[in-house]
Amino acid sequence: MSGPLTLFDKPNSYIGKSVPRPDARRLVEGRGKYVDDLQLPRMLHAAFVRSPHAHAEIGIIDTAAATALPGVIAAYTATDLADHVSPYVGILTHLQGLRSPPQMPLAVDRARWQGEPVVMIVAQSRAIAEDACELVEIDFHTLEATCDAKTALQDDAPVIHAEFDSNLAWQRTVDAGNVEEAFNRDDVTVIEREFTFGRHTGVTLEPRASVVEYDPSEEVLTYHYSGQAPHMMQAVLAKHLRLLEENVRIIARDVGGSFGIKIHTYGDDVATAAAAKILGRPIKFIADRNESFVSDIHARDHTVRGRLAVDAEGKIAALEIDDLTGIGPYSMYPRTSAIECNQILNLTGAPYAIDNYRARGTVVFQNKNMMCQYRAVGHPVAMAVADGLLEEAAHKIGMDVVDIRRHNLFADNAYPTNSAAGMKFDDLSHQKALEKLVKFMDYDALRQNQTEARTQNVYRGIGLVSMVEVTNPSPMFYGIGGAPISAQDGASVRLDAAGALHVSASITEQGQGTNTIIAQISAGVFGVDIDRVKVTTGDTATTPYGGGTWASRGAGIGGEAVLQASHALKQQVLDVAGVILQAVSDQLDIVDGHVVDKDAGTQRISLADLGKIVYYRGNELPADVTPELIATRHYRVTDFPFVFTNGAMAAHVEVDVETGFVKVLNFWAVEDCGRVINPKLVDEQIRGGVVQGIGGALYEECIYSPDGQLQNASMADYLVPMAAEMPDIHIDHIETPTKTSVLGAKGAGEAGTGGAPAAIMNAVNDALRPLSTSLHQMPMTPQRILKALGKV
Amino acid sequence: MKAADFDYQRPSNLEAALDLLDDESGDVQVLAGGQSLMPMMNFRLAQPELLVDLNGLEDLQFIREADGHIQIGSMTRYCELENSPLIQQHVPLFSKALPHIAHVAIRNRGTIGGSTALADPAAEMPALLIALDAIIVARSRHGERSIKAAEFFLGLYETALEMGELIASISIPISEAGCECGFYELARRHGDYAMAGVAITVQTTNPISEARVVFFAVSDRATRTEAVENQLNGVSTLAGEEMKNAMEEIGKLDFHGDLNADIATKQHLAKVVFKRAIAEIFS
Repeated sequence: MSGPLTLFDKPNSYIGKSVPRPDARRLVEGRGKYVDDLQLPRMLHAAFVRSPHAHAEIGIIDTAAATALPGVIAAYTATDLADHVSPYVGILTHLQGLRSPPQMPLAVDRARWQGEPVVMIVAQSRAIAEDACELVEIDFHTLEATCDAKTALQDDAPVIHAEFDSNLAWQRTVDAGNVEEAFNRDDVTVIEREFTFGRHTGVTLEPRASVVEYDPSEEVLTYHYSGQAPHMMQAVLAKHLRLLEENVRIIARDVGGSFGIKIHTYGDDVATAAAAKILGRPIKFIADRNESFVSDIHARDHTVRGRLAVDAEGKIAALEIDDLTGIGPYSMYPRTSAIECNQILNLTGAPYAIDNYRARGTVVFQNKNMMCQYRAVGHPVAMAVADGLLEEAAHKIGMDVVDIRRHNLFADNAYPTNSAAGMKFDDLSHQKALEKLVKFMDYDALRQNQTEARTQNVYRGIGLVSMVEVTNPSPMFYGIGGAPISAQDGASVRLDAAGALHVSASITEQGQGTNTIIAQISAGVFGVDIDRVKVTTGDTATTPYGGGTWASRGAGIGGEAVLQASHALKQQVLDVAGVILQAVSDQLDIVDGHVVDKDAGTQRISLADLGKIVYYRGNELPADVTPELIATRHYRVTDFPFVFTNGAMAAHVEVDVETGFVKVLNFWAVEDCGRVINPKLVDEQIRGGVVQGIGGALYEECIYSPDGQLQNASMADYLVPMAAEMPDIHIDHIETPTKTSVLGAKGAGEAGTGGAPAAIMNAVNDALRPLSTSLHQMPMTPQRILKALGKV
Repeated sequence: MKAADFDYQRPSNLEAALDLLDDESGDVQVLAGGQSLMPMMNFRLAQPELLVDLNGLEDLQFIREADGHIQIGSMTRYCELENSPLIQQHVPLFSKALPHIAHVAIRNRGTIGGSTALADPAAEMPALLIALDAIIVARSRHGERSIKAAEFFLGLYETALEMGELIASISIPISEAGCECGFYELARRHGDYAMAGVAITVQTTNPISEARVVFFAVSDRATRTEAVENQLNGVSTLAGEEMKNAMEEIGKLDFHGDLNADIATKQHLAKVVFKRAIAEIFS
């Protein structure tokens, strides 16, 4: 790659500095503008009657009493929307064999999960709409439900979709080397375990929210969206509401968290858009917390049988996994619900040099809420299975858990290389990260503390994980399979007449600080104070085309586009300055908002003066000079399907063996996300991710009854991790920039969530080891620990 | 998640409130701190026709000492109990337990009367009142009556309050010299409803007497267990045979499971919280 690498050390270089978020004050003062803050003239409100049953035929729907209620404008069933919305199907062609039936925004003839929207009410207020929902009469005939993924493929399991012969959605196998031969070797020790990962969901502070306006005079639909992929939503809504893509505008202002939850096609959102189009009036739909639990996508829900063979020196001889996952009744559109299973097959054991690897994934339909991509897709499962087996194996052969990793992690000089599953790796630092972690946490002292504590009947445990994270995906992730999801991102940078920069970018801000790093990169590369940079994101009408912020791609892909555009604009400005100053543009630079002599640093003209000449007094320029004070660049990853990052994490826990309670005493993470643009923001990302990982490991679970009723759909019963229970989370970095870009940044958004569950699980099992028991089911609740201990 | 329509009245004195409650024609609910009722209304699990808001009743907001008791107005908020020198001095069990009741924001609004009237089996307050041998003073248009806490909580969300009655105040005997108290609960996260909990008061002058042991979050109501108390009364410390008997008696309680703990887990944890509370008292 070529480029001005010195830009990281120049004045106005903000890359690598903990610049405060320019929007922090606004948000803290409560001046954020979220979807629910919108009050439009003539706006109506939507509420949905949702199926109370996991599986039921829908008979007669009587909405007469509901529509008679004063203030109710309309009631829609699936039939009413059939002419206005075309069905969508959650498949991707590169996930060969994946099947899912066509889906409509409201249930057609049969409801397939408790919480599926069946009838939409539009009224003058949400309260009236909810009153009307209670008056809708639906003749449900309940059917036997298929809830347990383990029995979904049995001959006697109720088949959820009549057009399919079974509840199978997808299957994939990976087979590298000769697994059977390796397991049969005389010199290997084999560990076999079953791991269970409960369903959980990403609980966003701001729920899913839509305000949709439709102007029939121009056939323009404007969708105010709380989410992370505006251009994808534009394509999806245009296609299924039969509008021209350019006539659909998606606007995402402030977004109160997304975590992958708000990046999918939800029936209630599509129905809201359809109703806005039918009625020609703005409609607001804000999912309430109960609706969020029963309709926001869930994630995980995997049972993985894994076995690992190691030789006497601890070298991995073979790894085999069999993953079973239930995804609800449909594959989610347009990203599909097979990706998490696919990731698990791709990533299990990926940090380690393994010759013999076999993996099988089975994805089944079931009568539960739909499952799809949530922060760190597949990673927590893949890392927990591989590193759970590895630590068990280490103990079985009497080897230290750090040593066994040293023996098996890819060497830092091994790159570029491929994993057993075929993942392409470059610029990773597993060994260095592990050594840094061991020192950082003072591993030896912790082991000593553990031994001493055990003499007092205090059970402490230390658990580690070495991990990879998929970041900066190329078109190989979704685009190749036919999804309207851009893998490239763009940025436009414009100099105004006052000497300020305006950056418009296709990546999105949902609370992680995207807008901050855009300003940092642009100000630094171009040469102005960061206060003089204004950033626009989240509007399909005013930003370049791009994918948005997901899969830890914002900084790495969108950031590079900002860098390239800012660099290009700088050259354009210097060309104009050369003419004005009668100087050679190569000998000029931009520093602190001024064009300066590159060598002496003498200020020659301010950007404000230059802007005024160009914009107001063009007569002072030669006629053949046509200044362009705007530059746009796009960037995509071309050399690799994904740019992987790596990290090493550790947890220190104490298990109260009388109560089964786990206290996380400390957590450490050493992360290599390449070039760190803003250390504080990266640390926040990792900390937040670790907390969500601890949530999955110890607290969060969507608990279903055997007949498919979600039993804890409230914030009182669904336990998100809270500050009081969280440990100090210590973070350190290694910076191995990716060679795929000038910026060198990889992603950091999902590492914590991907790695923490494995470290916690290993630490708990390390604490339990003297009691000769272990637990491989998440969340590791007090009751499950007590049961593992045989106390209840 | 919007409440169904309801009428709303905010009386400015107790008599006016009692007049509003004395209405058998409709479903009247009393709003105290609203920390349970408001979510129940928004979930439409509660759909009162009339909501009588007691937050304007200053005559129900007091903490005072009288006749060897601490009298607490039913609209006294948890945070006021926490910060009250009278409570700190005379009702040490409250001081131990209050920090475990939900979170600061909830304790700023939640009231002692509201929690008592709701009778949530997992809540701390009913157990505390039984352990303290408190008197609940109920008022209606037709008069006033005093109900012993031990006879007040009748079952899941069920109390001895009758139609037209509300809790006016709660009266707690001042803790005597030598009286010790213990409190222990196990909650998944700080502030959650407990998986199991216990409140104990006991006269520790040798031999032990007047033990009151009340479990919560294990059954359909806060549950006092005299069989366990009998193991404590008359001994100098709870150990050996008596502790073994106490464990056996705890195992006989009418346990009800929930999402976090099935019956076997509740049984086990009830024993653990009891042992820990006792250890704290006698340490």
